[in-house]
Amino acid sequence: MARSADAINVSRRAMVFGITAGALVLALRAAPPANAQATRFGGAAMRGGIKDDPRLFLALDESGTVKLLCHRAEMGQGVRTSWAMVVADELGANLDRVEVVQAPGDESRYGNQDTDGSRSMRHHFLPLRRIGAAARRMLEEEAAARWNVDVSTVATDQHAVVHRTTGRRLGFGALASGAAARPVPLPDTLVLRPANEFRFVGRDRIPLVDNHDITTGRAVYGIDVRLDNMAFAVVARPPVHGGKVKRFDATETMKVPGVLAVIPIAAPALPSGFMPLGGVGIVAENTFAAIKGRSRLEIEWDDGPNGTYDSAEYRAALEVAVGRPGDVVRDDGDADAALARAPRRVAATYYTPHLAQAPMEPPTATARVGDDLCEVWASVQSPEAVRTDLSKRFGLPREKVIVQPLLLGGGFGRKAQPDFAAEAAVLSRAMNGRPVKLIFTREDDLQHSFFHAVSVDRLEAGFDQNGRVVAWLHRTAGPSIRSIFAPEVTHKAAFELAMGAVDVPFAIPDIRVENPEATAHTRIGWFRAVANVPHAFAVQCFVAELAAAAGRDPKGFLLELIGPDRLIAPASLSDRWTYGEDPKLYPFDTARLRRVIETAALKADWGRRRPDGTGLGIAAHRSFLSYAAAVVEVEVGRGGEIVVRQVDLAFDCGALINPDRVRSQLEGAVVQGIGIALLGEISFKAGRAEQSNFHDYEVPRIDGVPKDIRVHMVKSSGYDAPLGGVGEPGLPPVAPALANAIHAASGARFRALPIQARTKPQLQ
Amino acid sequence: MTSFTVNGAIHSFDGDPETTLLWYLRDVAGLTGTKFGCGQALCGACTVHIDGQATRSCQTPVADLEGRSVVTIEGLSADGSHPLQVVWREINVAQCGYCQGGQIMQAAALLSDNPHPTDSDIDAAMSGNICRCGSYPRIRAAIKLAAERT
Repeated sequence: MARSADAINVSRRAMVFGITAGALVLALRAAPPANAQATRFGGAAMRGGIKDDPRLFLALDESGTVKLLCHRAEMGQGVRTSWAMVVADELGANLDRVEVVQAPGDESRYGNQDTDGSRSMRHHFLPLRRIGAAARRMLEEEAAARWNVDVSTVATDQHAVVHRTTGRRLGFGALASGAAARPVPLPDTLVLRPANEFRFVGRDRIPLVDNHDITTGRAVYGIDVRLDNMAFAVVARPPVHGGKVKRFDATETMKVPGVLAVIPIAAPALPSGFMPLGGVGIVAENTFAAIKGRSRLEIEWDDGPNGTYDSAEYRAALEVAVGRPGDVVRDDGDADAALARAPRRVAATYYTPHLAQAPMEPPTATARVGDDLCEVWASVQSPEAVRTDLSKRFGLPREKVIVQPLLLGGGFGRKAQPDFAAEAAVLSRAMNGRPVKLIFTREDDLQHSFFHAVSVDRLEAGFDQNGRVVAWLHRTAGPSIRSIFAPEVTHKAAFELAMGAVDVPFAIPDIRVENPEATAHTRIGWFRAVANVPHAFAVQCFVAELAAAAGRDPKGFLLELIGPDRLIAPASLSDRWTYGEDPKLYPFDTARLRRVIETAALKADWGRRRPDGTGLGIAAHRSFLSYAAAVVEVEVGRGGEIVVRQVDLAFDCGALINPDRVRSQLEGAVVQGIGIALLGEISFKAGRAEQSNFHDYEVPRIDGVPKDIRVHMVKSSGYDAPLGGVGEPGLPPVAPALANAIHAASGARFRALPIQARTKPQLQ
Repeated sequence: MTSFTVNGAIHSFDGDPETTLLWYLRDVAGLTGTKFGCGQALCGACTVHIDGQATRSCQTPVADLEGRSVVTIEGLSADGSHPLQVVWREINVAQCGYCQGGQIMQAAALLSDNPHPTDSDIDAAMSGNICRCGSYPRIRAAIKLAAERT
């Protein structure tokens, strides 16, 4: 209870963060940061940009406790721990004296707060170091002044400043008030600590800052917020995207003990963006009563324009679409002519279905909305998106919309879209400002997701007479995430195409990538690794199919297709996105891709003799500026049952900040990848998602994943080189490696996911 | 009126008798360590001990609890010192951590029945508990480490 109460107050506490009230906060600095000149890339190009002023993020009190304000959402990637490690190292602090406080949403103050795109460390490693280094300098200067010595003769040592020649020592707490009064040094005067002085960065198995709370049930997630006089709610939503309530009768609902109110929520016009879907809210004294009340609601829907959406028919239509030319999105040489003259051609078409992110904590938010103040506590990846929506919705100035993210019980992209926060706010407003906690049940979560997009990918390649691939034609069709904002969108966006469709690094002279039309009929949204999942599945399965057609070893064939080590400018791959980064800093480095392939193969003992019915598959994919290769070992039983025996994942994201969290993200990516390959599908009939809970939307369980998930780090650079992402790039190679392994084990080639929902492979 | 104990404290409830223990704990008693994940006993996030047995609180009506003893993750130990809580921290099992209370409660019941489980014992006992982050390899390692120490 005490911890829940803390969570309620945290927004207010965070709002006064940076104002002296016992806590001594570092003083203003006069000049803007040296990196403030406009650039179009990285964090600086994102809404709100990057802030690195220490007084925004750090506080030090006389007890010596360092408070670090973390303005990115913690959803299991370990950002709260990893950021504390970076700051503690630059500052010279002890990690156990750093307390991490979750920032409220305020991008004008903290800079961009979207937790997505595998960017939190990539964009903030250097800013965090500057924050720590600036505060360290202020502490050193204060100590030097007190001792009347030159600042060059002092240094930090385990939460204290020491005078090197005399050994005198002053703890951070004793220096806090004096240091806080000193000017903040300008960024271009900062000296960052050399890597050999890091005590936490790069070190393995640093305990999570939230470990104790998590293991004792005291960690406060969005769903755990408690306010005085709080009511609890669920919403009955139109089962079809774009539908609305025709009529409803709440007579029986109101008889359920504990039900307080039944509140219609207007359906938005399409495209509905991040808006709630509308429907009928049931507010009650507890969640059980709200859910029971909803089950007694009589309701009739008007399905609207998507009431005929059928995902099987949609797949068939996309398969027709990829049989014809589409928008040309990459065109090297003349793929048509090269295919026409190739003595041998191979073609195959792949399908990946809709998926729901299904975080274990479903979407949830608590809101208290009065006449002139709107407060929201929620599990959101983008708190500023909530502020934008609610300030418009309630006609409140932005500073009167306070959004406090709590811990997220998983996100995987679902909580980047804060429709649920608006639902909670609308219901609280309708309850005259009574606080309302809104939860999605699991059924709500699976049926009202922002779904991972379906994709149909047709690939065709031509061999020359020597068995070399000389032509490559890829047609990819599926709905775009942009469709939730603009209904006229019928093509994948540049950022989606640059997730593994156009940016193939193959040494093939004639390459064309085309994107035929596809119209969305449900809400499409972000899912871990996004369009990389279908594109990598198609491309990496197709490469293995080409190897088989050529009678070649798939690993050697893949390496040969990638060709000699070289740096490829993204523009020459028609990659117009490069994950928002400066393409000069992030060329496609085929040597790094080769190394992860070789590492995964070596660790898996690629080429070893295997018993009948067992096979190895390999796949490699660069995404989010990191390089990943997977080797999967599969056993296919006589009855077609699939057992994943072992996975070796090799990974290169540049320098490792928090190796344990990199490994855990990759272990998780392997598990999720197995689920995508074998189990997961959301299908639609009459516009409605057909799955409703974990019995028919299966996800991996402990008995379905290998005991041996082995992660191998390939370190390609030091801490000064640009970083790659971690949260997402482990996922894309897993499903194709698994499908390739099934082929190696059984001869069966599966081109549609999920595999276990379809015909079981038969031994040939 | 139904009377029972939660983590040793006496609770009584006279609301809708169909109310499940999960929502009683979370919304009425304010014990939010027990998590909602599916509401259908499919995911194990809501696992508590009832008279020592791992039980899905989302399928347990409070009316069935007369005289029984409920232990939640908050009450598994006074200070987080249960051997499983200790190894869970040592191995950094958690990613988002949301399911881990249910995982630990399930594993604690396993070890109290079977102090030295094999891999297949672990599979059988733990396959009802979903971790969407994919922490399964570490859950397995943590259970084994805790078992080694007893």
